Amino acid sequence: MKPLHPERFRALFDPRGIVVAGASSHPGKFGFVALHNILSQGYAGAVRATNREGGTILGVEAVPSIDDLAADAPLDLVFVCTPAGANPELLRACAQRGITAAFVTSAGYGEAGDEGRAAERDLVALADELGILLAGPNGQGVVSTPSRLCAQIVAPYPPGGDIGVASQSGNFVSSFLNYSVQTGIGISRAVSAGNAAMVTVPDYLDFYADDPQTTVGLAYVEGIADGRAFAERVRVITERMPLVLLKGGATAGGQRAAASHTGALASDDRVLDGMCHQMGAIRAATVEEAFEAAATFATQPLPAGPNVAVLTTAGGWGVVTADAITAHRDLALAPLPEDLRASIDTKLPPRWSRNNPIDLAGGETRDTIPEVMTMVAGHPAIDAIVYLGLGIQSNQARLMREGPFYPGDGLERIVDYHQRQDARFARAAAEISEQTGKPILTATELATADPANPGPTTVRGTRRLCYSSSNRAVIALGHLYRYARWRRSRGLA
Amino acid sequence: MPTLSEADSKARVAAHGVLVPDERIVATADDAVAAAEAIGFPVVTKLCGDAIAHKTERGLVRLNLRTADDVRAAAVDLLAAATPEDGPVALLVAPMLSGNRELIAGLHTDAQFGPTVMLGVGGILAEAIRDVVFRLVPITALDAAEMIDDLGTQPLLGAFRGEPAIDRGALAATLLGLSALSVADPSVVSVDLNPLIVVDGRPIAVDALVELAEGSTR
Repeated sequence: MKPLHPERFRALFDPRGIVVAGASSHPGKFGFVALHNILSQGYAGAVRATNREGGTILGVEAVPSIDDLAADAPLDLVFVCTPAGANPELLRACAQRGITAAFVTSAGYGEAGDEGRAAERDLVALADELGILLAGPNGQGVVSTPSRLCAQIVAPYPPGGDIGVASQSGNFVSSFLNYSVQTGIGISRAVSAGNAAMVTVPDYLDFYADDPQTTVGLAYVEGIADGRAFAERVRVITERMPLVLLKGGATAGGQRAAASHTGALASDDRVLDGMCHQMGAIRAATVEEAFEAAATFATQPLPAGPNVAVLTTAGGWGVVTADAITAHRDLALAPLPEDLRASIDTKLPPRWSRNNPIDLAGGETRDTIPEVMTMVAGHPAIDAIVYLGLGIQSNQARLMREGPFYPGDGLERIVDYHQRQDARFARAAAEISEQTGKPILTATELATADPANPGPTTVRGTRRLCYSSSNRAVIALGHLYRYARWRRSRGLA
Repeated sequence: MPTLSEADSKARVAAHGVLVPDERIVATADDAVAAAEAIGFPVVTKLCGDAIAHKTERGLVRLNLRTADDVRAAAVDLLAAATPEDGPVALLVAPMLSGNRELIAGLHTDAQFGPTVMLGVGGILAEAIRDVVFRLVPITALDAAEMIDDLGTQPLLGAFRGEPAIDRGALAATLLGLSALSVADPSVVSVDLNPLIVVDGRPIAVDALVELAEGSTR
């Protein structure tokens, strides 16, 4: 399989103008929703529409056919909401008009029996002949934040960022975009490949790997028709960017009766795991793990080694996090170096843990957390930090702010102080990570329990992920380390 | 699908560097005794033939034979146990190797991904332990080393109960040999090396079963 030329994707992801074919005046129909979504997120190019009966939809004057479009603006992309039967003629007209990409939402193709499969083959052959890049059919649409493009028949529109999504299932695109909206970790491009008749998930990922707007790929795949070709595509993608895979059907019925012991032990799941390890892809077990891994690649530097320090303001959290790191196949709880212990001693009363987890045990004053974090991150024996306890002070501040005594009795002043401190700690985690080139992951359940808490809010403001548990931070960090090690052992920078 | 006899299976894998015991193929009980004396006691004696895939289940493996009389009696029994369906048979006489650790390795042709190399822990217990890893053929030396690192039961690979640590280089060579066999001979659809007994740190394939694609010639 030869990769499609990157220029061909330009018309899909950064079109100069779009026409919605089969736009509808009924707000419940896809042909309306698509036009609405394209118009409502700030897309700057020309937007046109066709509708057999004409009329004005959302302020756009719909014309009966592509041939009726005025030649007043360049159009690169057709967003197809017409029935399958109308599409061959539509594509021919679009090619005449200079359109070089089509996103086809129409159903009735490969998913619809022999007749549909034949129609799909014919449509691909026609698009090939016309020089049109055909996305879908039977897909939900395409999102591209550099162009503020929301050409899809569903919500949401995510914040801009570095993650490139390609999915064989449209609803997983929505899941990933919803997590993006929730966490603030943005998306560069996202596409629902639908039946992937011409352009497949690896084709999109291959484009992302060279796309300056994208630093990490996130993909959902179901059936893999030719596993070997897929593996080879994965390998040339992971050399250029980290790739997180969520695979459906991992345990479904793959286990056939086998004569050999080796065959009996070869489940689809294990073979896929092995392929991912060999080709440097990150395999995630769940949708949230997949998003969080991608978000971590997008926002944290890669760790140089497996040695993790836990920095916590309270004991129990540190213990559980240490357990998770110790149990992890690839990470290690760093033994606390003597010189680092001595440095931290200068900042804290003697009751601190004097070990890793570095439990400050309530001994901290105004500047202790940023100071100790700087010492730990600066030490060569430490490759990464998991930071726990952010937001505690602001949580108390909230109770005070919402209680009956506020703002009297000195409450206003202390509430301000607490909130400022948490914001400062969150900023310190990002700044120290940038200065040292080491990942610092902040985890607190307040990320979801109280997203308005100034701790998690400020983490989002630094464009990093605030992990809702330390276990999830450890899993994400493990994926980063595994990928870093895969690159390093193969001599990849 | 057609299988090769244990002796022929071992010859195929040994040609690609897999370590196998120093063993003899003989036709009669007298020759079995002579072979055992040459190898040194104790020995193992098995009934061997192209059509015999599951010897243990049929009682066609006699372990830990310590004297010439033991070998003779076992050989006579085994030859008598052959059925017409077994086709031509022979006796395989091998040294009785012992080690506390057993591994499994092999080749498997996956429906989606094609030929794969496998490594696992446990020999006959492998299917219960399920600590196994796969890679797509062909593998590099780095892939082989990472397969060993990926096993969950790492303490078993270090020094263990008075035995030295597993020689990772020798184990990697076994995996690379399987990959090379698959590349050299695409008619090989599966290989079981089970168990690989770890002797002085080195994995020895004390049993091997090569399965060929339908219609291929032995």
